[in-house]
Amino acid sequence: MNVTRGFTGRRRVSRPGLPPGQYDAGDDWPVLSAEVTPDLAPADWSFRVDGLVERPHTWSWDEAHALPGSAYEGDIHCVTGWSKFGVRFGGVSLDAFLSVVGPHVSATHVLARSHTGYTANLPLADLTGGRAWIAWSYDGGPLAQEHGGPARLIVPHLYFWKSVKWVAGLTLLDHDEPGFWEGNGYHERGNPWQEQRYRGD
Amino acid sequence: MPGRIAVSEQVAATWQTATLTEVRRETPYASTFRLAVPRWAGHLPGQHLMLRLTAEDGYVAQRHYSIASAPDDSGHIELTLDRVPDGEVSGWFHTVARPGDTIDVRGPLSGFFAWPGDRPALLLGAGSGIVPLMSMVRHHRARGLSVPLRMLVSARSPEELIYSGELGAETTAVFTRSAPAGVPVGRMSATHVAPLLAERPPGGWEAYVCGSNGFAEHASRLLVAAGQPVDRIRIERFG
Repeated sequence: MNVTRGFTGRRRVSRPGLPPGQYDAGDDWPVLSAEVTPDLAPADWSFRVDGLVERPHTWSWDEAHALPGSAYEGDIHCVTGWSKFGVRFGGVSLDAFLSVVGPHVSATHVLARSHTGYTANLPLADLTGGRAWIAWSYDGGPLAQEHGGPARLIVPHLYFWKSVKWVAGLTLLDHDEPGFWEGNGYHERGNPWQEQRYRGD
Repeated sequence: MPGRIAVSEQVAATWQTATLTEVRRETPYASTFRLAVPRWAGHLPGQHLMLRLTAEDGYVAQRHYSIASAPDDSGHIELTLDRVPDGEVSGWFHTVARPGDTIDVRGPLSGFFAWPGDRPALLLGAGSGIVPLMSMVRHHRARGLSVPLRMLVSARSPEELIYSGELGAETTAVFTRSAPAGVPVGRMSATHVAPLLAERPPGGWEAYVCGSNGFAEHASRLLVAAGQPVDRIRIERFG
């Protein structure tokens, strides 16, 4: 440990729920995307699940909304260092979509993609069991465009670059395939509690 | 999405000790910190690093900062940091740091916003968003590159324009609060962007936008409206 002369840090209270290396962003919700925010109307949004599934399927905005609603209330963590406590997203659990398509037993990983061409890879196990959502509302209102509206993926137990904005679909695979940031040196999985920020962490 | 530049995983995963060698005031609100990093593996203009300060009780604060200097063989890199009110890390740099102090760094990180100097580059920045863009401008000069490069930067006033003494014919400055006599005051607009896109170098521009999210949204929309392809715009937002 290399102590920095004269550095004391902010007066701090230990905050349960704050992963290592993170700080509490409070009311801020920084926007971090490497691309131009798309003008994507709900009517133009669709969500497709394909690859190693029994019945590939594409949902329109209305068809996705007809699935049973589900919400996430909890914390989110960005690899750039901020965490945000007590957020509320509304949408549909990913389990509901997956039960329609029927994942093949050989499916182990997922490549999630956005309507802008962004991608992120995830183990399939990180998306099942009530741990992932397609979300279109935030704090009771529509999800803002710059935060991924009209709809984004939410995988709150991983760093937020995995929670693909403007989500367009998932392709189930029998192998891991790096997505956009993973190809740019970020960690394959991105568990905030293990500080899996960059490849090799 | 634009293409990628591979990043060495060994380098990105390793923390190294950097020694502060020099502090230079740039504006009333920004200073440049020169660091000796003997085992620095080099970087591409536009890349950033992760920096770590450690308190005596073991408390650690980590931040990402863009690299301001061009890649060179000096064993040094430079960061230009805004003085953020109550900034935990930037506050230490601006009020405590002095030559000889050591800090931990890892990087360079992320190949997405990097510019190796291969394609015509159109750079749009605001405030300290100029920092990674300046690394590109310096690289262009240091290597004597002939590939077209243009920069459009926004600052509140001439006094707050970082690197003002170093900017050349490649740069157009826009001032939002106060400007020199004869220069209009106002936000970056289509009238600034249109002439640059009209130049249309062979192969077209690769556009790099850096600044606050508000600026990034505004500038990227100006580019799209002026005809720059969406998939050739790279954005670094200060989040």
